[in-house]
Amino acid sequence: MADSKSVLFKIRRQGSPHTSPHWEEFSLAWHPGMNVISSLMEIARNPVTRDGKPTTPITYDANCLEEVCGSCAMLINGTARMACSALIDKLEQPVRLEPLSKFPIVRDLAVDRSVLFENLKRAKAWVPIDGTYDLGSGPRMTMEEQEAAYPLSRCISCCCCMEVCPQFNEDTGFVGAATISQVRLFNTHPTGSALKRERLAALMGDGGIQECGYAQNCVEICPKDIPLTRSISEVGGAVMKQAIGDLFRK
Amino acid sequence: MKGEGDSTWQHFDDTVYGGDFLANQPPVKAMCDAAPGIIDLLDRMGVPFNRTPEGLLDFRRFGGTLYNRTAFAGATTGQQLLYALDEQVRRYESEGKVTKYEHWEFLSAVLDGNRACRGICAMDLRSMEVRTFPADAIIIATGGIGAIFGKSTNSVVCTGSAQSALYQQGCYYANGEFIQVHPTSIPGEDKLRLMSESARGEGGRVWVPKTSGDTRDPKSIPESERWYFLEEWYPKYGNLVPRDVATRAIFKVVYEHNLGIDGKPMVYLDLTHVDRKILDRKLEGILEIYEKFVGDDPRDTPMKIFPGMHYTMGGMWVDFKQATNVPGIFAAGECEYQYHGANRLGANSLVSCIFGGFIAGPAAVQYARGTSAAATNGHFDTERKHQEENNAMLMKSEGDENPFRLWQELGELMTKNCTVIRYNKNLQETDGKLVEFLERFRRINLSDRTQWANTSVVFARQLYNMLQLSRVIAQGAAMRDESRGAHYKPDFPERDDKNFLKTTKASFAPDADEPKFEFEPVDVSLIPPRPRKY
Repeated sequence: MADSKSVLFKIRRQGSPHTSPHWEEFSLAWHPGMNVISSLMEIARNPVTRDGKPTTPITYDANCLEEVCGSCAMLINGTARMACSALIDKLEQPVRLEPLSKFPIVRDLAVDRSVLFENLKRAKAWVPIDGTYDLGSGPRMTMEEQEAAYPLSRCISCCCCMEVCPQFNEDTGFVGAATISQVRLFNTHPTGSALKRERLAALMGDGGIQECGYAQNCVEICPKDIPLTRSISEVGGAVMKQAIGDLFRK
Repeated sequence: MKGEGDSTWQHFDDTVYGGDFLANQPPVKAMCDAAPGIIDLLDRMGVPFNRTPEGLLDFRRFGGTLYNRTAFAGATTGQQLLYALDEQVRRYESEGKVTKYEHWEFLSAVLDGNRACRGICAMDLRSMEVRTFPADAIIIATGGIGAIFGKSTNSVVCTGSAQSALYQQGCYYANGEFIQVHPTSIPGEDKLRLMSESARGEGGRVWVPKTSGDTRDPKSIPESERWYFLEEWYPKYGNLVPRDVATRAIFKVVYEHNLGIDGKPMVYLDLTHVDRKILDRKLEGILEIYEKFVGDDPRDTPMKIFPGMHYTMGGMWVDFKQATNVPGIFAAGECEYQYHGANRLGANSLVSCIFGGFIAGPAAVQYARGTSAAATNGHFDTERKHQEENNAMLMKSEGDENPFRLWQELGELMTKNCTVIRYNKNLQETDGKLVEFLERFRRINLSDRTQWANTSVVFARQLYNMLQLSRVIAQGAAMRDESRGAHYKPDFPERDDKNFLKTTKASFAPDADEPKFEFEPVDVSLIPPRPRKY
């Protein structure tokens, strides 16, 4: 444990996907309002380890620092979360920083999250509009419908729900909660529902919604409190219904 | 909307007046005329805009207008628009119509012997490979320049590096001195976080304790001992005065009346009197940001806020077709200067970047169709080699300057002298300092010399471009001896239309390694300038 005037960090470093990881420790002077990102910025200004060895600044992804872009997700004291909202005063020391473990590593704390964006493509997670020219107003929606859609639309693509899911791994190829929840969002949109059948079909079979093991880790970890398990059960029901319907139509 | 008699002309008038008459008026009018259609488009894309009981779009009031005009999606409108547009791009990608190069950094344009654009040079942020991409026309949409001020409300990637690189290659940079400071940002160690104007739109009140050094819990301070200075000074607009007016009022209360909370540069933004259910429905996203990043619940405790760098009205000079002066280079969004004059109204950034894109896209296609092939292809190799040499030079530089520390100094210097209140003496000193910083940059030392995902070399390149662009801002501000919109000089407190109703145009003089300036008259053909008084 560090004395009250400093903050200790243990950071997992890895130069590239082809080198092996090692740990480095850093000690920073404490001041009010520190978070993980401001600490990484401080290390970049003075890249020296705790025992005085010069090193390189830590590579990590970050953009908005407001939990909108989702890019600074990492493991902080073993928990998948956004670094920009991880206040040092609320963390146990030493603060342990590691990259998300289920995504290809780029370097240090930066990983490649493109699997989510590929999944969103397969699930057609968009509203199929005719074009971007002026076609008048969109469909009417009640306040209740808007209030139901809004929480789902707050997903920031951080991939934390996938990181903590026991089923999200190479064996199952599970698509993960974020994409399933987006399917629910677009299937309930008046125009988006035009692709409902295709979206549900994309979630059938291996790697689809059936892989979910109901561990419920996703809903607990989501930094935006998205009702992910509710999305999984609703979409799961719809997938099942469609699958049965498809059987009878054959 | 809401039976208030609002119109696109009124939006146009608010925008021009809010911008203190510095914007060329025809494109602003075109933007305001297109704005309702843009909202409809976003609605069709599935942006979850808030609704009225009838199921129509709900609108609320922002600063600088008397009308409930702004459609909103909870308190995360910007995020919702971003994701909706991103989803549409993903759709085009899946249809094979768009190829995205993510994790690539723009380095420069490839210019032919006639100084026309033939493509770009960029670097893979992982493999560090430098390569060129041929193109008949390019559209720059690289956003803001917040990083020049160290901490700002912008994303950390908003360095202005691309705009600066193009300015150094011959593009004009216009009105660089106009920097919008948002009156209500949340001070943070890593960045300033925006407390959206919607907090005031939904009834948020700005106040300080009437007595200096009052350390009581804000909730226990009786109404009679609170000073709602915006409501007192601006009875018509109250807490919803435009951003520059609110910012200077907060500065005055803090620095002249010494009434900052606990003697620190902060004032209260109070929502505790608003019904919790309304707050949760309309502002949940931004209140959550405060709670998450500060640790207090703004439904129970007044927020502490202070003005922070938020937006650049200035940017790459473009014509009414969003074309820069370099053939084949177009620009849209915050990186260009077209729509906001000397100050931007709330919500106009989102509409202007989409509208600018609507103009730039077809204009670029039209240009590309009319252009013929370059005489030779040698320019691509030359540019790539030039940029590779730049990287190699940075990698082997053996000095004693850490780029991240130099950046911190730059941010502090620019925030102090080039934001809310400007004095010529300080601006001249700032430019002198910037020259020193550029000297120090030559002695840079990258502590990272590896060839994979090396963020230091990328950042060092951005820093150099930030330093060059900073001089445009500082010198532009020094030259403009008046006060207009976000640009305020106590020594020249009035707007001076006779001498300065003009667009500042900076171009880079490579031999002198500094900006030179010219001025262009503003098109005020639709609304005659009148004094701006809220």
